[in-house]
Amino acid sequence: MQTMFHLILFLFFGAICVAGAINLLVQSHPINSALSLIAVMASLAAEYLLLGAEFVAAVQVIVYAGAIMVLFLITIMLLNAGAEERTKGSQVAILLGIPGVLIGGVLVAWTLLSPYSTTQSVAIGALWGDPKSIARLLFHDFLLPFEVTSVLILIAIMGAVVLASRQRAVASAARKDAG
Amino acid sequence: MVPLSYYLLLSGILFVCGVLGFLIKRNIITIFMSIELMLNGVNLSFVAFAAHWHALSGQVFVFFVMVVAAAEAAVGLAIIIAVYRTRETLNVDQVNLLKL
Repeated sequence: MQTMFHLILFLFFGAICVAGAINLLVQSHPINSALSLIAVMASLAAEYLLLGAEFVAAVQVIVYAGAIMVLFLITIMLLNAGAEERTKGSQVAILLGIPGVLIGGVLVAWTLLSPYSTTQSVAIGALWGDPKSIARLLFHDFLLPFEVTSVLILIAIMGAVVLASRQRAVASAARKDAG
Repeated sequence: MVPLSYYLLLSGILFVCGVLGFLIKRNIITIFMSIELMLNGVNLSFVAFAAHWHALSGQVFVFFVMVVAAAEAAVGLAIIIAVYRTRETLNVDQVNLLKL
């Protein structure tokens, strides 16, 4: 009974994931694409919960569906992005891209679902992804990568500030006026 | 019990949708969102394999992917803002020169 319920929940949130991903492709306005991406990320968090990864699910909602998508939405609204216009290049991309991607997807699905592949079942709550054990791994075994990512984040913040600041554009315009 | 292959299939579908969006979309912000979709698909397979092999390090790798995604989003969106300031367009077909 519980197994059945687990499968139903998996299929429900998986269907939301796929529908959101396809909606992202179909919509022409970036705001609609961003909102459907939020739906994909939220239902992925539910999938993580089904796999027993509680902490990852919480971080997925906070970081991905929260922070990163808010960044995207702010950029879209800041730039006042309208619906995308179709050009000749996009026609070529559609003609070449859709068949190629479909072939790749069918190959992956065939490999995964072929009876020769030895994939087993994943039980609910089989893994204790609670914050304590995750933190023990993160601060003992993966301490060096963890510290390196903090440097990466710092560099990314500084890079974003430098790139997005108006200062340089104003300075070069002033130089042009003087010269 | 949901078979591991179902999770991998879902992750593959998300990744393929991301690749497709990367190829056919013309808006630079939507292309960026397709990259995030691909990263999410990979994250799902990381968590599924972590549960399958009973190894928590798979979940730790998801955090590293998220950190890289956050850094990439911050820098990438700043670049998009800089591109829009100089060219006043978000269509990648019209952004074909390195220097104006």
